[in-house]
Amino acid sequence: MADDNTKYGWPAAGQRTLIGKRISRVDGPDKVSGRAKYTYDVHRPGMLYGKVVRSPHAHAKVVSVDASAAEKMPGVKGVYIIQDKGSEIHWAGDDVVVVAAVDEPTAADAARAIKVEYQPLPFFVDDFTQPQNVAESTGPLTQRDVGQMINDDMPDDQLLATVQKRGLAFKVSPELAKRLKDNEVSDEVIKALQAAPVKEPQPNDSPYKKETEQVKGDPDAGFKEADVVSEGVYGCPVITHCCLESHGSIAEWPDNDHLFSHISTQNVSGLAGQFAQALKIPESNVHVHQDHIGGGFGSKFGIDRWGAYTAQVSKKAGGKPVRVMLERDAELEVAGCRPSAFAKVKVGAKKDGTLTAWQSESWGTGGPGGGGAPPMPYVVNIPNQRKQHTAVATNIGPARAWRAPNHPQGCLITMSAIEDCAAKIGMDPLQLMLKNIALTAPPEDTFHRAETYRDELMIAADLIGWKQNWHPRGQGSGTTKRGLGLAIHTWGGRGHESNCALTIYPTGSVEIQMGTQDLGVGTRTAILIVAGDTLGLQLNQMELKIGDNQYPKSGGSGGSTTIGGVSSSTRRAAIDAREQLFAKVASALNAKPEDLEAVGGSIRVKSAPSRSLSWKDACARLGTQPIQALGKNPGPGDLISSGVGGAVMADVSVDTETGIVKMNKMVCAQDCGLVISLKTAESQVYGAMIMGIATTLYEEKIMDNNLGAMLNPNMDFYRLAGIGDVGELVVHMMTGKGYDERGPIGLGEPPTVGPMAAIGNAVANAIGVRVPFLPITPDRVVNALNPQGGNNATV
Amino acid sequence: MDDLPEKPAKQDKNDEPKKSKPSSSSSGVSRRDFLKISGVSAAVPLVSHVSALALDDTAHVQGPGKVPVSLNVNGKKLNAQLEPRVTLLDALRDQFELTGAKRVCDRGTCGACTILMDNKAVYACSVLAIDAQAAQITTVEGLGEPGHLHPIQQAFIDNDAQQCGFCTPGFVVATKAFLDQHPNPTPEQIKHGLGGNFCRCGTYAGMRAAVLQAAKTKGA
Repeated sequence: MADDNTKYGWPAAGQRTLIGKRISRVDGPDKVSGRAKYTYDVHRPGMLYGKVVRSPHAHAKVVSVDASAAEKMPGVKGVYIIQDKGSEIHWAGDDVVVVAAVDEPTAADAARAIKVEYQPLPFFVDDFTQPQNVAESTGPLTQRDVGQMINDDMPDDQLLATVQKRGLAFKVSPELAKRLKDNEVSDEVIKALQAAPVKEPQPNDSPYKKETEQVKGDPDAGFKEADVVSEGVYGCPVITHCCLESHGSIAEWPDNDHLFSHISTQNVSGLAGQFAQALKIPESNVHVHQDHIGGGFGSKFGIDRWGAYTAQVSKKAGGKPVRVMLERDAELEVAGCRPSAFAKVKVGAKKDGTLTAWQSESWGTGGPGGGGAPPMPYVVNIPNQRKQHTAVATNIGPARAWRAPNHPQGCLITMSAIEDCAAKIGMDPLQLMLKNIALTAPPEDTFHRAETYRDELMIAADLIGWKQNWHPRGQGSGTTKRGLGLAIHTWGGRGHESNCALTIYPTGSVEIQMGTQDLGVGTRTAILIVAGDTLGLQLNQMELKIGDNQYPKSGGSGGSTTIGGVSSSTRRAAIDAREQLFAKVASALNAKPEDLEAVGGSIRVKSAPSRSLSWKDACARLGTQPIQALGKNPGPGDLISSGVGGAVMADVSVDTETGIVKMNKMVCAQDCGLVISLKTAESQVYGAMIMGIATTLYEEKIMDNNLGAMLNPNMDFYRLAGIGDVGELVVHMMTGKGYDERGPIGLGEPPTVGPMAAIGNAVANAIGVRVPFLPITPDRVVNALNPQGGNNATV
Repeated sequence: MDDLPEKPAKQDKNDEPKKSKPSSSSSGVSRRDFLKISGVSAAVPLVSHVSALALDDTAHVQGPGKVPVSLNVNGKKLNAQLEPRVTLLDALRDQFELTGAKRVCDRGTCGACTILMDNKAVYACSVLAIDAQAAQITTVEGLGEPGHLHPIQQAFIDNDAQQCGFCTPGFVVATKAFLDQHPNPTPEQIKHGLGGNFCRCGTYAGMRAAVLQAAKTKGA
């Protein structure tokens, strides 16, 4: 193992030529010039255009579908009924019929000519009202419940305990077991599910499912011990992913049982199995391709219902390519939903700031499946806890993973409650956080987590001018009030399974193939940086091929696992290939292979650098036989680890007359082990802060309680942040000794966690009162300031 | 700032709208101007004058069915048979495979489809192809290509002003129109000038730096 670490381990700081340097992303020129081809941009020969008929009802039975008129229209080449007579619709916007026609206007006309009759059923979309007088659920878990628990990343031990206690309402089939395995569910959990008792489900008309109360330590004693008990209610609504490139694909059948799909996906290597299952064809008959993706954020791991029906309607149209990209309204209605979370919280603390007890009653929705409890108290592991969560099942589109699932919600509720507690004591929340910093160490602290949080808090505080600019709540004259707020966050991010095929040709060219994808986080750039650093080449001296399932399999880009996966598989492949090359050319340099190094486009003797061969000359000695190496993750050597953290601080100004919140500045100090690509890593953190600003101030999937439909399925009223909304931004990456030795750890999710809480706390600090719910819109600010003014946001 | 090209005389320098909606071909009154006129003065005679002009337009009925459309894009004449309801954006993308301009909101909010019509930034999703026939159209593909990038494109790369890149072409084109009018922009002007485009990944920090770099490069 030690030998493997020596052989494959990351180069020491002084020897890195590309790793950790500020390098422009390699696909930049294609993107800025409009040449980068996204799925939405692909035109296949003879391509047809699809349009979808969607349910206007949030809950309904399909009574009849009449597509006869559409089928007869000139230019219509295929109609496929997705949900026929008898199907039950569970959310507005759900797909019912798809048509394929020669162009988009014709397809739109055809979709309009389809008559669908529905029998509307009762629906429920209110996740905001606190569930009252709900009895704890005891009945067996449905498949959906279990899916939700898995999606919510419930820890295995908790999941197993719940399954043991309540049993299952379904049997785990071998197919389901395989699907669970494909979704990286542990063998232990799958075994336990297969062994769990199957019970009759109890009828339950209530949308509420109250989970078992969880107790840790002695909460009653903890509150008794407290000098101050702070109470509050906090929460954030359902938001959508709003990928700029909507979900969708182009499907075609080169022959009757082979599918070729261009699809917008975070999971190039993982989709063939899903298609195979949905379409009853062998997995090896499915070809998936994607060059670029216009945003995913956790919402594009599956083929989705539309992936399957695009293939079905293509088959109806004789296998011709059919493009179905979701319209913007559908994208917001059905293709993205981050669960809401609300909580009534009590926090107990001593006068010196020592936190003694936590109590929370939380609820939230993730669509029809309810919504799991966010991790609370988040990061700060208060010794005595009592908490209970109620999942609210609603007829809102189904939940999808959204950057760091459940962490932002848990962070918002926890950090807000702690800030309120600090204010009640009359203590600077930074001091209170530092006072309790030991509580942030995870149970198995293989890294100095608490000390790192302290360092990150101090750096962030310095960058935002905490000492100079912080003041106790609500102080300051004039109508515009300024305030500061903070939050800390964490994430795991171990590398996923990855295979990298690296070939060195006798001509000197280098080709790398991997079935991964670049979501815009710089994956292409990072792979080439690792290979180039290892082989002594510049990025443009190698050719990288990704985005196709014919390349060696690499995991889906989720959970911040991509950088760990692709960098370690690439490193192993490049080291092995380099070793083979050294063996071939050693004799020509009168040296042993182990005495050689690859630096600056040459192969040379370490102790006598003047004895060297150019890369091209060295490769020419391969004769006719290229060098091929396959690097894998997991593989030899400890190249990666997991567990990162960061501190976010926000500086805002609030106009107390209009209620408008203005971002002055936000800073983030973030660790992620060894940074491979510094420039794109920083961009990740900038981006995370900006997404956090949008979530805090603007974003909400607004549901109409009377109609059951989303009221703002467009970008006018589902508002993102603009360039003028974000204020000054500062990123500080924690790098160097102590961090680099850990190897690369994913960065996509962690910095998206803290911003909501930091901004919310800054607003409370500015105006002196808590705005309980996000988004912090002007009306909510004004209402919080004028509690007697009516329409007050209380539960 | 005195030599700003093609600056509409009436517009307030500090509150420059980034996007002029395209003039409908015969009335010469853009929607933006219309809103301005009606908003500022609420003058009934003016409003009805505009409406009358708009009515005039409907006299030249095109369609139903496909009609010949001829567009001048990036200096090339492009011809197609299109239904009159087809937007300029869809014509560029699906007919001519110029897919740099993206379809995102498809209703004039997000700016991902920004192109230049007679050097003015326009949302291509909000113009009918048949109404764009008289204009010189420039898309992001016409600004530069890998190997021969426009300084604005280079600045976006240098400052990593993109992640997934789906909004990037729209921002690049919007920046071109903005810098044409504000060769030496202040940060405050950048906020307003590029306020008509949205990015989801959050690339504004790089973008602000890119716009400033491009302004300098151009002046050099």
